[in-house]
Amino acid sequence: MPIPLIHRITRFIVSRTSVVAQLQTMPFKKPIQARPMGAGVNARCHGACWTLPAKAVMVLPKETHTMAERTLRGQAVIAGIGETQYYKHGQSPHSEFKLTLQAILAAAKDAGIDPKDIDGFTSYSNDRNDPSRLSAALGIKELRFSNMQWGGGGGGVAAAVGNAAAAVTTGMANCVVAFRALAQGQFARFGRGSGAPLASGDDAFTIPYGLMSPAQKFAMKVVRFMHDHGVKQDALRAISLASYHHAQNNPRAVMYGRPLDEAKYDASRWIVEPFHLFDCCLENDGAAAVIVMPADRAKDLPHKSSYLLGVATGSDHRCAAPVHNGPNYASSHFATVAPNLYAMAKMGPKDIDVVQCYENFTGGVLMSLVEHGFCAPEEANDLLRLENLIASTGKMPLNTSGGNLAECYMHGLELVIEAVRQIRGESTNQAPRNDAVIVVGGPMVTPVSSLILGSEATL
Amino acid sequence: MSYLPEGLPVPAAGTDGLSAPYWEATQQEKLLIQFCRGCNHWQWGPESICHRCNSFDLDWREVKGRGSVYSYERVWHPVHPALNGHGPYIVVLVELPDAGNVRMVGNLLGDPKQDVPIGAAVEAVFEHHRTATPPFSLVQWRLV
Repeated sequence: MPIPLIHRITRFIVSRTSVVAQLQTMPFKKPIQARPMGAGVNARCHGACWTLPAKAVMVLPKETHTMAERTLRGQAVIAGIGETQYYKHGQSPHSEFKLTLQAILAAAKDAGIDPKDIDGFTSYSNDRNDPSRLSAALGIKELRFSNMQWGGGGGGVAAAVGNAAAAVTTGMANCVVAFRALAQGQFARFGRGSGAPLASGDDAFTIPYGLMSPAQKFAMKVVRFMHDHGVKQDALRAISLASYHHAQNNPRAVMYGRPLDEAKYDASRWIVEPFHLFDCCLENDGAAAVIVMPADRAKDLPHKSSYLLGVATGSDHRCAAPVHNGPNYASSHFATVAPNLYAMAKMGPKDIDVVQCYENFTGGVLMSLVEHGFCAPEEANDLLRLENLIASTGKMPLNTSGGNLAECYMHGLELVIEAVRQIRGESTNQAPRNDAVIVVGGPMVTPVSSLILGSEATL
Repeated sequence: MSYLPEGLPVPAAGTDGLSAPYWEATQQEKLLIQFCRGCNHWQWGPESICHRCNSFDLDWREVKGRGSVYSYERVWHPVHPALNGHGPYIVVLVELPDAGNVRMVGNLLGDPKQDVPIGAAVEAVFEHHRTATPPFSLVQWRLV
């Protein structure tokens, strides 16, 4: 039965008030109240949105008028999930392109659709597997949407899903695959420096000092954050232990059967302080794919639906300022993105049941959790204990498949798949509460992205 | 004697020449930072435009080689062949109070296992690589 308009508005206002209350307690460096006019969740436009100051510079409202809300909330579902076997880097018997095909076919089978009905592709991190070639190889009837999210690493993982949702919501396509494939044996590894004889541009100011790998690019952010807020190494260790703990129940995980304990972590070698070996993600071969369809198809799908409740991407003011000059330096880069995410999802961190948070390095998880409001920086030592992070009994189940540290480094798409499994109740580390699951994409790069999936009950 | 072994990539101004004045000056033991004549602010690293006022009228000004440690990292795992068997070494991020607190990356000279106090005062040391192709000089840092 349709809900009367007045009730819908009331529900909306109530839920927004709750979100604002949660976000106002979030430990952002800059108070949300201080954000520019029209920005943020507590500065909705209730009158004339467009202001024209004396200097004739038009101030654009950041968000639309509430009466004509533009949102992806509840508009799209993840209809199918698929992945290949995950391999240690260089050990895939298949080419990267073949891995991509395997993952897409698995996702189509899971969604119960003919793969030839796929009509769009989204990816990120300059994925090498071109949608036109994929369409030709698979015999796709008609290609309608092909999209690449800018930026490296796993920063774009949630954005790629969001871009697929935007395409099916706006009628640009009907059935879009968001995918990522990696075969580092066939191509170059991530964790090595450049073999080039010269370093030019911004690289000239860092590489000659031995600062060149991702771990090295991010460690100084984490050092500063831990210094500013008194965060201890034990907090990073707990993040790593949680991933390895969950991987022991997940036969797909590359680190299945390779448990980690505190002593083994403490004895492991430094890569770059404050990252031990076990604070660093794996490097793997494989592929993963999710199929995104309009929400009105949910009733036809074979599985319990996972609705996209919110998605946001971007980065803070001058995040990419050259040579480590970003103003908000000790950051995962979600300070502006997380409020946008929660505003679209109409929920806050307290409404989240399970957290999938991208671990390129544990320190990035620490800052991502803070910037998504799961704790204040000064509370990190208390929250980040193993007992709080494990799926069955912890108050904040974290990276329940093993994540990038222990399941597979598939640039975070494995985290999206795990979020869907949690909502379906099919995880190998099933959380008891599983209606709303957040996926936080790769931190400390730019742009970053995060999303929230929900069961039908959250709509 | 350089802080890190020879064989790492050599810094170059790049095809746009944006940072050429900096690299020429370091060989004369001068530290130049980009300065906007439009709004009298410093910025680093070099860019084609001032991020504050969007002026293209950018200059280079010499600043004192003194700063404070904003952050640091101690690197153990070599990711470049020239660094195999070497290490650890310390990378520092230094704020320059005389240039609007812009930050520069360098190495912290001295014992690579020393404690690095955040906020500590440091001074610049020019490390010349006269025989490299092309020759260049790095700005390094040591505790005052």
